Amino acid sequence: MQFPILSVIVFTPIVTALLLLLIPGERKTEIRVTALAAAFFAVFLSAWVYFSYDAAAGGYQFVEKYNWLPVLGISYHVGVDGISAPLVLLTGVVMFTGVLISWGLDDRPREFFAFLFILATGVFGVFVALDLFGLFFFYEIAVFPMFLLISIWGWKVTREYAAMKLTLYLFIGSVVALIGALAMYFSSGLNTFDMLALEQANFSPAFQRFWFPFVFFGFAVLGGIFPFHNWSPDGHVAAPTAVSMFHAGVLMKLGAFAALRVGIMLMPEGARFHLPWIIFLTLVNVVYGAYIAMVQTDFKYVIGFSSVSHMGLVLMGFATLTRDGLIGAGVQMFSHGIMTALFFAVVGMVYDRAHTREIPQLGGFVRVMPWVAVAFIIGGLVSMGMPGFSGFIAEFPIFMGLWNYRPWIAIVAAISIVITASYIIRVIGRVFFGDMPEEFVGHITDVTVLDKVALGVLCVILVGVGVYPSVMVPIVESGVKSVLSLFGGA
Amino acid sequence: MDPIANRLLTLILFSPTIIAGVLLFLPSGEKKLLRWVAFIGSLFPLAFSITLWLRFNSALPGFQFEEQYIWYQAINSTYHLGVDGLSLTMVLLTTLLTPVSILASYSIEDRVKSYMILFLLLETGMLGVFLSLDLLLFFVFWEVGLVPMYFLINQWGSEKGEREIWGGRKVQARTYASFKFMIYTMAGSLGLLLAIQMIGVVSGTFDMPALFSSWTSLDGTLFGLPITTVKAIAFWAFTIAFAIKVPVWPFHTWLPDAHTEAPTAGSMILAGVLLKLGAYGFLRLVIPLYPQEAKFYAGALAFLATMAIIFGAFASYGQDDFKRLVAYSSVNHMGFVVLGIAAAAFAAGTDNAVIALNGAVLQMFNHGLSAAGMFFLVGVIYERTHTRDLNEFGGLFPLIPVYGGILIFTSMASLGLPGLNGFISEFLVVRGAWPVFTVYTAVSMIGLLFTGAYILKGIKKTLHGPLNEHWIGHIAEIKTREVMVIAPLMVLMLWIGVWPAWILDVINRAMSVLF
Amino acid sequence: MFGNIDTTMILAILPEILLLVLAALLMVLDLLWDEEGRRFLGWVSAGGLVVILVVSLAVARPGEESSGVWGGMLRDDWLGFVFKMLFIFGAAITSLFAMEVKALGRRGEFYLLLLVSTIGMNLMASAGDLIMLYLAIETTSIPLYILAGFFKTDSKSTEAGFKYLLFGALTSTVMLYGFSLFYGFTGTTDITALTQTVLSGELPFGLVLGTLMLVLVGFGFKISVVPFHFWAPDVYEGAPTPVAGFLSTASKAAGFAVLMRVLLVAFPVAVPYWAAILAALSTASMTLGNALALAQRNIKRLLAYSSIAHAGYALIGVAAVSSLGIAAAVFYLLAYVITNLAAFGAVAAFSRVSGSDEIADYAALSRRAPGLSLVMLVAFLSLAGMPPLGGFVAKVFVFAAAVRSNLVWLAMVGVLNSIVGLYYYLIVLKVVYLYRSEDEDKPVPLTRSYSIALVVLVAGIILVGTVFAPWFGWSNIAAAALFPPG
Repeated sequence: MQFPILSVIVFTPIVTALLLLLIPGERKTEIRVTALAAAFFAVFLSAWVYFSYDAAAGGYQFVEKYNWLPVLGISYHVGVDGISAPLVLLTGVVMFTGVLISWGLDDRPREFFAFLFILATGVFGVFVALDLFGLFFFYEIAVFPMFLLISIWGWKVTREYAAMKLTLYLFIGSVVALIGALAMYFSSGLNTFDMLALEQANFSPAFQRFWFPFVFFGFAVLGGIFPFHNWSPDGHVAAPTAVSMFHAGVLMKLGAFAALRVGIMLMPEGARFHLPWIIFLTLVNVVYGAYIAMVQTDFKYVIGFSSVSHMGLVLMGFATLTRDGLIGAGVQMFSHGIMTALFFAVVGMVYDRAHTREIPQLGGFVRVMPWVAVAFIIGGLVSMGMPGFSGFIAEFPIFMGLWNYRPWIAIVAAISIVITASYIIRVIGRVFFGDMPEEFVGHITDVTVLDKVALGVLCVILVGVGVYPSVMVPIVESGVKSVLSLFGGA
Repeated sequence: MDPIANRLLTLILFSPTIIAGVLLFLPSGEKKLLRWVAFIGSLFPLAFSITLWLRFNSALPGFQFEEQYIWYQAINSTYHLGVDGLSLTMVLLTTLLTPVSILASYSIEDRVKSYMILFLLLETGMLGVFLSLDLLLFFVFWEVGLVPMYFLINQWGSEKGEREIWGGRKVQARTYASFKFMIYTMAGSLGLLLAIQMIGVVSGTFDMPALFSSWTSLDGTLFGLPITTVKAIAFWAFTIAFAIKVPVWPFHTWLPDAHTEAPTAGSMILAGVLLKLGAYGFLRLVIPLYPQEAKFYAGALAFLATMAIIFGAFASYGQDDFKRLVAYSSVNHMGFVVLGIAAAAFAAGTDNAVIALNGAVLQMFNHGLSAAGMFFLVGVIYERTHTRDLNEFGGLFPLIPVYGGILIFTSMASLGLPGLNGFISEFLVVRGAWPVFTVYTAVSMIGLLFTGAYILKGIKKTLHGPLNEHWIGHIAEIKTREVMVIAPLMVLMLWIGVWPAWILDVINRAMSVLF
Repeated sequence: MFGNIDTTMILAILPEILLLVLAALLMVLDLLWDEEGRRFLGWVSAGGLVVILVVSLAVARPGEESSGVWGGMLRDDWLGFVFKMLFIFGAAITSLFAMEVKALGRRGEFYLLLLVSTIGMNLMASAGDLIMLYLAIETTSIPLYILAGFFKTDSKSTEAGFKYLLFGALTSTVMLYGFSLFYGFTGTTDITALTQTVLSGELPFGLVLGTLMLVLVGFGFKISVVPFHFWAPDVYEGAPTPVAGFLSTASKAAGFAVLMRVLLVAFPVAVPYWAAILAALSTASMTLGNALALAQRNIKRLLAYSSIAHAGYALIGVAAVSSLGIAAAVFYLLAYVITNLAAFGAVAAFSRVSGSDEIADYAALSRRAPGLSLVMLVAFLSLAGMPPLGGFVAKVFVFAAAVRSNLVWLAMVGVLNSIVGLYYYLIVLKVVYLYRSEDEDKPVPLTRSYSIALVVLVAGIILVGTVFAPWFGWSNIAAAALFPPG
């Protein structure tokens, strides 16, 4: 039997969480070192999975399957395909950098890392789950630690409100999707939750048309689809840095990914029927999100809304149901995850030192923290879709998909690029350049080495994918191929 | 061919990036070291491109030194480089102007490391545009060049000056200018991006040589529209993107701001190379991809070019700010490039077209030399006087005779004095365009007249007239390093003016093949 | 009248016999031991119950098919057996919780009443005859009335006991009336035989339905669904916390056992009607329970309303009227019993030290007692239905059953309600984890019995939520007792 690498990845965080809870709370260094070691282990394994994924062979690899509840056809079935492999890597990276950046956290670090790691297990689990039940199981695990993480360690002003709003939104979404999933399970008559089997279930068109919106929107809530995106900026802003990174970086991908895996892949006919109008919602996401981001004065809200805009592109790529669009969306999930993790890391570093996030009150940070400024600029360029960075590699095929689908949507969506450019430039100019306000001079210190390592890792990935797309695109492409095969095309 | 030759273009393209990478690991306090490493490093691409020039066989049609590797397979885009006479000229210009500009930037004291890194990255971006034979790759480099330029203006631009923006809020002029530069260019390239995507979707490839034949021969309907309509829209998307960059009137308003606020070396590169990107785009993409549309709309383009020539000259004459004066002169001079291109598009296949194009391309090269030189000279005097107001100068010739001589020489080249380079190219453009667009060309000649006027105004206000006594003892003669900067430019100006054949031959071959 | 007594018959009531023995033992020990020695009564009770659990599991497992024993008085089947095990487990945990409670833990009669009540529940779960059923219900209830009012000096506790008694007496009277009507119409008290008469169509249908309503009143009281829920919050609040925990779990589960058996075995003919009634009751219970829980400031009242809501969720499974539905409901109760015991245990542990049940006083508990907070976290999240905890799987199963039976609307109601539920559970957790308090430096120590019980429960919650196959397997064969294959 081969080494169960996916299971090890999934359960490493939660086992670490339990271990952490056994360490006395006051031994903080020990706790941090344990957390970092586990995170490193996870990122190492996920990179291993990613780089040993055979894109030429395609399909699901590293598959493990055990019975869980045979009576109902529930199994523990995991595996990665070309779409989930990058996301597993993404999670590993964000987890690792998140731990690095939270090194200085001083209030109950034991609980913090434990909850964060439970969250990580949920996220890993969803990305690798090939069983519908397992997917929901891990999906919910990923949702609830968020509440505690935000409400305990979050921004004091809005954390209670935001945490509750976020949890309820996501919970509603997931249970609605759950009902849809149960309907699929029974209607298939196969008595299995195995998604690979359900893909072949051939649900009747009427069934798919009725149930597709339940499943798709249930998950897309977490993907931040308009008009259910409201929780996300609030949640991002209220969360502590590492959690924002996780949240925007990985969790939103969870929604999009599940919407694809469960909604689109299992009910292709429903997708074909509904996506033509859903694409308008995503268009609103893209343009409106960018516009709202532009008018924010809170640094973190700018980034929060930019996530709404970028996730709109992911869902838009899905909605085109074309090869290019799906490839772009797959890469965009990864690229946006890394990028937004970088953004939130930067915001956190600035806020920790300035204790304000009002853009007009900041300025001149490049002089004291050049690394952070450079990292933010790189992230900003990715966000603008600047060629040479991963954002371009992702967005370009999405737009090509749109051209194949409905050209004018591509044209309208392209407006967001200019809007994004304008707010990113504004933020860079105001926060990092210009003159530093009097009260900060001499009080702002540079970030630690660990922070720099985290930022460096994220930047290298963003540039690496941008300059050499072959490191990722063929893998995503192989995943897209299997999605499209469900639509009767290649 | 030997391994070096096989990879020559890649070497040219990425040697600046590698130098930038080296700089990254040098201590930021060692300014002298950083400057010299950057300068000597930037001589490598120059050496490579001279090698390229010497090895280039202008007798062969088509692209040479081609390299093609897998890059973005999923959408069929490759890393495809190649040069012909047109791009070769531009590569030479770029690799020449970069070391010169770096040498001119020795007076930069603030964050030298970042400055030099950005400068070298900028060079890679510009070279990439000239070398790419893949539409997507072209766009990549097209955009990449923008970012370093933005930061050069934004961070190292002139520190004085404020601009009022909407809401009455005041921002630093350089912030305003860099933002305007960025947004104009981004907005322009948006259409380009969309059009490129559309072409990619329709053709299934981004390879330029392949597109030149497949895209032009496409007919039928597309997206429910007749193909001609789609092409016309795409044509304008390309045209506007490039027209903003050139810049063609009325898309030029970002240019005076950006030029004025940029640091000296930034202006040199901006005027010397970046503006050429737009013209290069016309020649490399618009005319080959849209011959019919180009022909159809050539009249409009010629009109715009004429306007650019006239208004550029008038506006330039009206300036009191020396740098702004030179900036508007760019609008004026680039107008001739566009006029040549328009004429060629209209009369494609005739001798006139080839002549006009030869003129246009040579004008690109020449303007690169003279504009860079002029900006540098403005920078030199600004460093000493900290003002650019022409009215505060006057009668400086006796105080700084060497500088004065150089300024007059360069101005004359810019003005188009026979015997210097400007004359050759403008003459060729006018000669080629006259039979095609007689009226426009005739009107443009009036612009040429004013070119003389504003240049003489600039010389008069600085060097001649009553001496502004304030400067006695306060203004120093041009330094050796600065002479080293301008010297190669002056040599080339003279060389081309006297014996243009060495470069025209290469250009001419390429142009006759292209059209 | 019972015919020959053989081992099957003995084995069928082995748990009850052993419980009786244990009760007798406790009574004797209570007399023999002095005040100091009575400390160990709780350990003996808990230990004895665990032994009974193990022994029963080892030797007294019923056969595959449901069979009548003791002249049809009792049914020997898995449905009864699973519930019996659950009651015994609940009683064992309750003993552990009660041990350290003042005026409760060292009183022999407390354990005695607890055991007697457990015997009653066991009989309820397996009763096959209306008379037996009634006796079992009363055997269960009467000790519970006393237990609820066990703190004689505390007016709230007395009030709770009395209220419980009044409500209980009233509803059981109505139910008894229903029973007697059935006997009158059919001439038999055997539940299985009742079916034949009802099926034969000799009875007017309206009459059957009317009588069924009367019976449902009694059952509704036991499982505390709306509109028979009024007693629950007051009783839970007043009763000693371990007793409230026992009431909300074992007693409720016993009610469900009876409900399932009687409805499914005796009234298959009226399925559409009572299924509709149950669906309505379930909707009302969930909605009202959750809505009222939102406004609570006292944690025991909050748990009371939440337990009303949970009765509603479990009813979804019954209302689905399918083998999957019953299995889901049994599984739900299993998860719920373990979870709610943990919740009440945590509350008891806290109030033992602080003397308060106000939610506001839980502020900063995570700083005072990280372990106990974690227990609360697990229990409350399980109640809210979050994986990898038991509550999640249980909810998925009942919703699945509803969807399978085309009760999508009911599943949706359940979904909406679980969101409301999540909200107030999270509020409590927020107080525990987020808020600060002046007593932050005062730790909340846990005694050994609490530690053991809570660790067992938390492990149970996680076990049910992750390795659910064996538990669902049990639920499934329990359901099979009501839905004979074929």
